[in-house]
Amino acid sequence: MSEDIEIETQKLNLWYGDKQALKNIYMRIPEEKVTAIIGPSGCGKSTLIRCFNRMNDIIEICRIKGKILIDGKDIYDKKMDVVELRKNVGMVFQKPNPFPKNIYENIAYAPRIHGIKKKKKLDKIVEKCLKQAFLWDEVKDRLDESARSLSGGQQQRLCIARALAVEPEILLMDEPCSALDPIATAKIEELIRYLSKEYTVVIVTHNMQQAARVSDYTAYMYLGEVIEFGKTRQIFENPSEENTENYITGRFG
Amino acid sequence: MKWKTIKEHIIYSLLRLSGLFIVCALAILLFYILSGGIGKISWEFLTNFPTNGMMSGGIFPMIMGTLSLMILTMLIALPLGIFSAIYLVEYAKPGRFTNAIRLAVHNLAGVPSIVYGLLGLGLFVVFLGFGLSLVSAAFTLAIMILPIIIASSQEALRAVPQNIREGALALGSTKWETTYHHVLPYALPGMLTGSILALSRAAGETAPIIMTGAAFYMTHLPSSVFDEFMALPYSIYTLATQSSNVEATRPTVFGAILVLLLIVLFMNLVAIIVRNYYRKKYRW
Repeated sequence: MSEDIEIETQKLNLWYGDKQALKNIYMRIPEEKVTAIIGPSGCGKSTLIRCFNRMNDIIEICRIKGKILIDGKDIYDKKMDVVELRKNVGMVFQKPNPFPKNIYENIAYAPRIHGIKKKKKLDKIVEKCLKQAFLWDEVKDRLDESARSLSGGQQQRLCIARALAVEPEILLMDEPCSALDPIATAKIEELIRYLSKEYTVVIVTHNMQQAARVSDYTAYMYLGEVIEFGKTRQIFENPSEENTENYITGRFG
Repeated sequence: MKWKTIKEHIIYSLLRLSGLFIVCALAILLFYILSGGIGKISWEFLTNFPTNGMMSGGIFPMIMGTLSLMILTMLIALPLGIFSAIYLVEYAKPGRFTNAIRLAVHNLAGVPSIVYGLLGLGLFVVFLGFGLSLVSAAFTLAIMILPIIIASSQEALRAVPQNIREGALALGSTKWETTYHHVLPYALPGMLTGSILALSRAAGETAPIIMTGAAFYMTHLPSSVFDEFMALPYSIYTLATQSSNVEATRPTVFGAILVLLLIVLFMNLVAIIVRNYYRKKYRW
């Protein structure tokens, strides 16, 4: 691969109690590309993506060995500031989880806790992020309405806008469309393509067509291991492992 | 008729009767108290000091005593209870300290109220030197209702979906920011509801306050929180059992019971209104 590397894992192992969920993961995720992680349920793809912003920290029985380098820094180093890390690595979750506040506050919350107090500046950020998430035209006249009044797809785009408001370099998406209908899904996929111009996007999906449509690179995981990782076209058209081929041709999963 | 059908009827009637029983219990209680006490309620009764060995006059100091005791108890119990619950739900890692707290909460909930009275007497009145006073009684009642407040607060915190916490953390919020900005506002109504209910139970407690500061008779309101006080439940007890002329004090007893009941019912009503209001506001 010729691109610059944004995230690199070295011999990453992870356990939930006695159960090993990730085994010896070596991965180099390129900058400003979309990387999809696919694989059958329980293969560890969500667990892996949640390592990149240390979201697994809140699970008490979770133990991690190995290294994850982002911009060359080991994010599991003791000196690493988790708050700074998460400002740099945003995340969108499986189920849309807007705060039960109004639309404006959902976006303005993060910039505000990170020190931006001026109303004008916040207004600008809110507008910019909503535009980036293709949501501005739909909500510009009702920013003071509850985020819960939006449809599922709008809520998910709001969550994407909310993540962008922190100005991260990396955007992690954990099955962002699994709770959405096909039309809302298509909008999010278009958005992902657009975002990859500026952001490094890592998306977990159990929808193989989606991986094929939106991603530049694809990692196939099985039982906690990365079986194959490469350009999406190559993985889908000419996989080098039989296991990968069986999965993407729908023989199991 | 088939035996199975008859059995079904019998069971149905039994279940219904049990329900009827509880309604009757409340109806009789209310009727008894209302018929005995309603005639006594008047502005004078509520705002005057008792006179003539409490056979006439009002119950003003008892009402004020009970109300100030409630406020003081709330001020002590609410922060302690809510902070403990936040610690247990949001922060605590499994270990000996956490187990010790859990064990303490469970066991405190089972201690009889008279034992709290003795604890208050030993700890606050004597050892810490607060004397027989409002503070001693308030601390005692606060410890008594803490387990209930902690339990209902924990429940309210656990009801906030985990994905709200994750959403806030993923934006770079610290744990406290997540708790304070997102979890607490949604959990607070539930916490308050439980706390008000706990407090309304404390309002009627007699045993703990007898030993820690409730006075049989005073000619003035407590001058500070370190003063003794008169309280409705204790006065009801003394008027009904210790009076030299039980017949003459009976209307006062009924009046006082009715006022106490109204205070407690009012607090429960507030709890219900708070709960219903916020249940509509936040829906997951």
